[in-house]
Amino acid sequence: MKSSIFVLVVLGLGVILGLSFPVPDFLLDKSLSTYILYALMLQVGISLGCSDSLKKLVRNFDFRLLLIPLSTIIGTLIFSAAASLLLSKWTVADCMAVGSGFAYYSLSSLLITQLKEASVGVQIASELGTIALLTNIFRELMSLVGAPWFRKYFGSLAPVSAAGVNSMDVVLPTITRFSGKEMIPVAILHGILLDMSVPFFVTLFCQM
Amino acid sequence: MFSILIFMLTGIALGYRFRHVVLFHKTEKTISITILFLLFFFGLNIGSNQSLIHNFSSFGLQALLLAVAGLAGSLIMSWITYRLFFRKEDRHEK
Repeated sequence: MKSSIFVLVVLGLGVILGLSFPVPDFLLDKSLSTYILYALMLQVGISLGCSDSLKKLVRNFDFRLLLIPLSTIIGTLIFSAAASLLLSKWTVADCMAVGSGFAYYSLSSLLITQLKEASVGVQIASELGTIALLTNIFRELMSLVGAPWFRKYFGSLAPVSAAGVNSMDVVLPTITRFSGKEMIPVAILHGILLDMSVPFFVTLFCQM
Repeated sequence: MFSILIFMLTGIALGYRFRHVVLFHKTEKTISITILFLLFFFGLNIGSNQSLIHNFSSFGLQALLLAVAGLAGSLIMSWITYRLFFRKEDRHEK
């Protein structure tokens, strides 16, 4: 929870600075964000590569566990597509691209902004990127706050599914608390698989 | 796009190769710092984009709708999956 607030503060700081001062162009250069994004992906890879969790999962694997990330993906995509009926400005694919952030706000919003730019221009692309950012920040906050409620009404898998990619990091302590310790490997596998699916689905729906 | 996946796969290979090096296990902190940098520059971009700021309240509402939709969808699907494939075992254990 603390880190989510910190994230909002840093983002807000950027917005306020951008609003109140003329920002030099090199700081707004797209390639700067791209390089930071590369650095991020490298580190995410390193953390996956050197953790035991990958190995442990491979050793005693229960194939039913794959159904959980699959449920998250299918459920999110169907309902995001349905939400597009209420949002006349965006296509079904646009809404599905936003939904396929699975609460990974930083990556999904940057990807959407960059991938959509070629087809719809900077303006519309950054609008959809902003919506993706807000949508996925909202999802992270709601999955943190709502976990006990989700557990009660939708079963022990629900807090994992709701958290999206964050089931393996930010929301993991909350999941453990309300769904039990045996959920830890489930939550980590879920997070890893969704993590890898974000670039795939966002690219797919941005090109449709 | 392709390069992003390449960077991640390179990271996994490096992380696995050097998994016994303590330094490589400290990525949690550096990842959050990197994300903060990304978000700061993202905020800077949002803030200096006039028309984006102008329409912010409308974006917030659209985002809220999409967030609730995505969340509801995954809750319902995970509930179905739980009932169909996991609940029996839960009962046996108890």
